[in-house]
Amino acid sequence: MHSEEFLRLLMRRQLKLSVACAAAFMVGLIGLPLLNYYAPALMATRVAGFTLSWLLLGVMCFPLVWTVSYFFIRRSIWLEEDEVRMVHENRKEN
Amino acid sequence: MLAAGGFFAGVDPWIFSFSFVTVAVTIWMGFRSARTSKTASDFFVAGRSVSVGMNASAISGEYLSAASFMGVAGMVMSSGYDALWYPVCYACGYLFLLLFIAGPLRRFGAYTIPDFAEGRFDSPLFRKIAVCFVLFIGFFYTMPQMKGAGTTLAYIFPGLPYWVGVAVVGAVITLNVALGGMKGITLVQAFQYWMKMFAISVPVFVLMSVYGFYGAHLGANDGRPPSAATEPAAIVRTVERKPLVEKAPADAPWISPFGPLTTKAAKAAGLTAEQARPYSLLYTYSLIIALVCGTAGLPHILVRFYTNPDGVAAKKTTMWVMILIGIFYVFPPIFGVIGRDLLPELYAATGAKGTDKIVLELPRAVGGVWGSILSGITCAGAFAAFMSTFSGLLVSMTGALAHDVYGRMLRPNATPEQRMRMFKIAAVVIGAVAILLGSQVEQLQINFMVGQAFAIAAASYFPLLFMSVWWRGMTMTGAATGMLTGGLAALACTTVINLSDLKMVNLVDFWKANPLARILCEQPAIWTVPLAIGLMIVISKLTAANVPADIRMKMLVLHAPENLGLKQEYIQEHSHGAGH
Repeated sequence: MHSEEFLRLLMRRQLKLSVACAAAFMVGLIGLPLLNYYAPALMATRVAGFTLSWLLLGVMCFPLVWTVSYFFIRRSIWLEEDEVRMVHENRKEN
Repeated sequence: MLAAGGFFAGVDPWIFSFSFVTVAVTIWMGFRSARTSKTASDFFVAGRSVSVGMNASAISGEYLSAASFMGVAGMVMSSGYDALWYPVCYACGYLFLLLFIAGPLRRFGAYTIPDFAEGRFDSPLFRKIAVCFVLFIGFFYTMPQMKGAGTTLAYIFPGLPYWVGVAVVGAVITLNVALGGMKGITLVQAFQYWMKMFAISVPVFVLMSVYGFYGAHLGANDGRPPSAATEPAAIVRTVERKPLVEKAPADAPWISPFGPLTTKAAKAAGLTAEQARPYSLLYTYSLIIALVCGTAGLPHILVRFYTNPDGVAAKKTTMWVMILIGIFYVFPPIFGVIGRDLLPELYAATGAKGTDKIVLELPRAVGGVWGSILSGITCAGAFAAFMSTFSGLLVSMTGALAHDVYGRMLRPNATPEQRMRMFKIAAVVIGAVAILLGSQVEQLQINFMVGQAFAIAAASYFPLLFMSVWWRGMTMTGAATGMLTGGLAALACTTVINLSDLKMVNLVDFWKANPLARILCEQPAIWTVPLAIGLMIVISKLTAANVPADIRMKMLVLHAPENLGLKQEYIQEHSHGAGH
């Protein structure tokens, strides 16, 4: 488990997961100002008194964050367990 | 009796007693647990044995500062939509902390960020550099807490000058920290999260049931004058609304993106609304970067991850924190929105009497004893907010001074008793400086000042942590250059803006001529964060020969699951090395 390959595998798998989750979220975070900028009329549409933009930012953002983080935690704990399993199997083989 | 009568004139007994009880309970809890915290490890990281639920409540309790409790509402009221980025990004920042930093950082196992800096690069010099930023970020973060304290006390005691409130609250918390340490604080912080949650949500529900729903109040901001009695019944408003005062922003820019907050610099330069839009977009993105990256680099939050038993617990804790603070952050903007309709007279006032006190004042609109009780509850929440954050900051800044500067640099052979005494002295010194700084900033918005602390953290600690965790090619020289350049650039920019806004330096004409410079100074993250990361990469490549020799082992300790027991191996190897 001290090998270069093991470290690379470890870091690559975890970073890939983190970057994927971050990307999913960044789409929203970078996209909303752009929508505000290029489609102001659409974002000013009233929904139950809220403007669409206000509703998305002030209320709907939080559930999105929770979903992404829940997915990340489950997946990263699974990855860790898998890594431990891998090391133990290697030991048996040797 | 007469003097006391003058002092208590205009004091609402309900508001006073709720606030008093909060302060008394906080201090009592601090003292109670002071008796059970004995060792130095207890003092610094609570013995590393705090459960996920407790730790998540404590982190949330510490994080929800005066900026979240009072500042967000005040800023939504004064600036509208643009201010919503603050609460959203305060919560979203945790996602980045979770994705990239929380787990590895906990696994590495060190008391503080400077410990991490030293351990990762085997460099005592780097520790000294890293310590400075605990203090820089800390002082920037304490100023808005102090403004919250001064504002709240000035509200409870209408005759009291702003600076007296700052001094009284600052002194009480400093004493509490000097006697209690962090173990006391974990329990108090956890309790204070739930207290703040209660204090922000209950008044909102009452206000909404009396005066109309969140959406209805937003809907009332449609640009029509308040007394449109001749309108057809179909579009008659569902909520009552007072006429806006002259200084208040009009409905359309207030409710739509790129409003007063982000267009101020361009407007001052005389640009038209259409010309100002690109500037606003730039401002918005820079603000987002500062808040999201800054959360992942706050020293007083990061130190708490070491109180988790392992990396998995650290990740679970972070997720719970996001849920706890996410729910909380829905509420403060509601105060700002309803406040705009019911208490527009606050727009005309400045400093401690301005929009920053909307959370405290608005519940009184309910009227009678119930109004006073609700206002008392929000005042108690405000106390919980600035007391918990200020004590957390004080612990990490004092820890930096006592543990790093004194324990590691000045007197490495100090006895535990000497260290404990130093912890107390350092707490008093830092508390005094914080009070002094806090008394100067009455005219600045709470939320804005916290944003500046985030901008400094985003350009210094965030690049350091992010790059050292994920890139093994980092060298000490590269990390230090990047962190110092980015962090100091952000520090210089925010200081210039504050001095100019407090009218200590006159730059009005310069800002008018250069609106872009004003925006890049006010929200520097968009160029300082890439600058810091870029410098780290370039300098590390140039000094690639100095990459720590045992880098593979270090990366394994950061990234391999604890169950493999690599950390014990690493520690053993190192203690062998020291023995030669």
